[in-house]
Amino acid sequence: MLKYILKKLLIMAITLWIIITLTFVLMVSVPGSPFNSEGNSNEIVQANLEKHYNLDKPIPVQYLLYLKSIVTLEFGPSISQPNQTVNDMIGRGFPISAELGIVTVIVALISGVTLGVLAALRHNGVIDYLSMGIAVLGISVPNFILATLLIQQLAVNLEWFPVATWKSPMHMVLPVLALATGPMAIIARLTRSTMLEVLTQDYIKMARAKGLSPWKIIVKHALRNALMPVITVMGTLLAGIMTGSFVIEQIFAIPGMGKYFVESINHRDYPVIMGTTVFYSAFLIIMLFLVDIAYGLLDPRIKVMKKEGE
Amino acid sequence: MKPQKNPQHITSKNVPDDWFTWRGKNTVEQELVARPSLSYWQDAWRRLRKNILAMSGLVFLILLILFAVFAPVFSPYEVDTGVLSEQYQPPSAEHWFGTDGLGRDVFTRTWYGARISLFVGFMAALIDVTIGIIWGGISGYKGGRTDNFMMRIIEILYGLPYLLVVILLLVVFKPSLFTIIVALTVTGWVGMARIVRGQVMQIKNYEFVLASKSFGTKTPRIIRKNLLPNSMGPIIVQMTLTVPSAIFAEAFLSFIGLGISSPNASWGVMANDSLGAILSGNWWTLFFPAFFISFTMFAFNVLGDGLQDALDPKLRK
Repeated sequence: MLKYILKKLLIMAITLWIIITLTFVLMVSVPGSPFNSEGNSNEIVQANLEKHYNLDKPIPVQYLLYLKSIVTLEFGPSISQPNQTVNDMIGRGFPISAELGIVTVIVALISGVTLGVLAALRHNGVIDYLSMGIAVLGISVPNFILATLLIQQLAVNLEWFPVATWKSPMHMVLPVLALATGPMAIIARLTRSTMLEVLTQDYIKMARAKGLSPWKIIVKHALRNALMPVITVMGTLLAGIMTGSFVIEQIFAIPGMGKYFVESINHRDYPVIMGTTVFYSAFLIIMLFLVDIAYGLLDPRIKVMKKEGE
Repeated sequence: MKPQKNPQHITSKNVPDDWFTWRGKNTVEQELVARPSLSYWQDAWRRLRKNILAMSGLVFLILLILFAVFAPVFSPYEVDTGVLSEQYQPPSAEHWFGTDGLGRDVFTRTWYGARISLFVGFMAALIDVTIGIIWGGISGYKGGRTDNFMMRIIEILYGLPYLLVVILLLVVFKPSLFTIIVALTVTGWVGMARIVRGQVMQIKNYEFVLASKSFGTKTPRIIRKNLLPNSMGPIIVQMTLTVPSAIFAEAFLSFIGLGISSPNASWGVMANDSLGAILSGNWWTLFFPAFFISFTMFAFNVLGDGLQDALDPKLRK
């Protein structure tokens, strides 16, 4: 187990280093200086600015400074809003994004697993078709489309919910709904298919023969094993929720990290783009790592040594 | 068959005729045929045809492709020029899907968008398949250290957040159809390579491959003739899932301003353009691109599900 963790740790470190270096290489290869478009015709001003951002130094030195800034978690000032640092933006945006993300994950998990189990228990029944219909729709409708439709119908036409910003639980309903539907659909389909498989196995028959209540069989015996594949896709789902939050936060004017990120892309604010990308990637890569470890620990059938690539 | 004194090297070409003899029809076993003999593809098609949902997905996609190719040709309107005095016309006989905020015909723009989405989707899938087959094929067939090394690279690439890498690439390289496809495939092929590798590793141990090898067949021919055709099922299923995810990625990128840019039309651009319009009740500017993105993804998903069942010989009834 320790060897497995160490191996995963090493791969995680390499992946992190690649994304860090990739951001650097890409930003250095951007043609021209980031200050050209800002209308700073004064060359002295521009030179000073470049000095301030260390852009006048040779590239290897810049790279080392960049690595240092990441290790010390100091991502430097923003270019489009010089009185703000990237750290400020992450510090202000991350709690809000995290709140949105956590609520979304919880909603997606609970509703997805419930739909999946119901569908499996009523295999080929009305509930099965209904919940799988919802699931396929959830996978097919992109979250930004769903978000705009929700705003149009529930916020503008019916005025049930407020349209934008992030103040009360009522403000959370629509963004969470828009963001959670996709992952919910994936979880529901996965739970259904593994539940169907698990329910045919002998130990379920055994539990039934023992006279356990159906509820106990489902929750304690079937669901526990059926949820293993859900854990494996959690990493990808988290990535989806994270990238989804970029647009959702923009559409609902939620002042989270995703909104800053998309704005920094539109302003070509390179320090912010680099900082947030590295932050997002590190967060996600660590999450993937934790999911891997959790999977290795939870499933006794899988000897982690045997998990070579597959 | 007598043992030969100087056994010459036997290949598939010079097997002596007297090794095999025609023993006539086995009339007993012939009577035992339980069902019509079908090739793998005939059987898959037979089973796919029975799946109504998957077939309607297929029909929708065929219609979509036909419209994407021909509708802009016959449309009297241009994709990027509109008449400002005709802005926000609801759907009518002249403008089937209405007009947008710049008086452009939404019908025409929808089909231009379809062209872009389908092109991006199919190209991304095609490139993924090409790289994935080569990488996964070599990795799975060679095994050992080569496989180990190639899989480590895949494992590292797999950890990179897909859309973040795409966003990074498009921030630096000017967004165009070409750069979008490149960005989508830089890390997109990894999933395909894993599937091909898994298939190849499994199939290379089967007896018919051993038979092929013992006749001295060269490796490339074994890969082409034995391994690839037999792993086609999962590859095709993976492709039907790659296309909608590429279409989604393109729409997503256009939506955050990193894809195809206005005045060109793509479904993501049209959805983004109509964000303000729906608040004032001009629903059709959003409805049509939203409908077609969603239904295209839906059609690919149900078709993929259907193919997965149809192409799996184990599920044959």
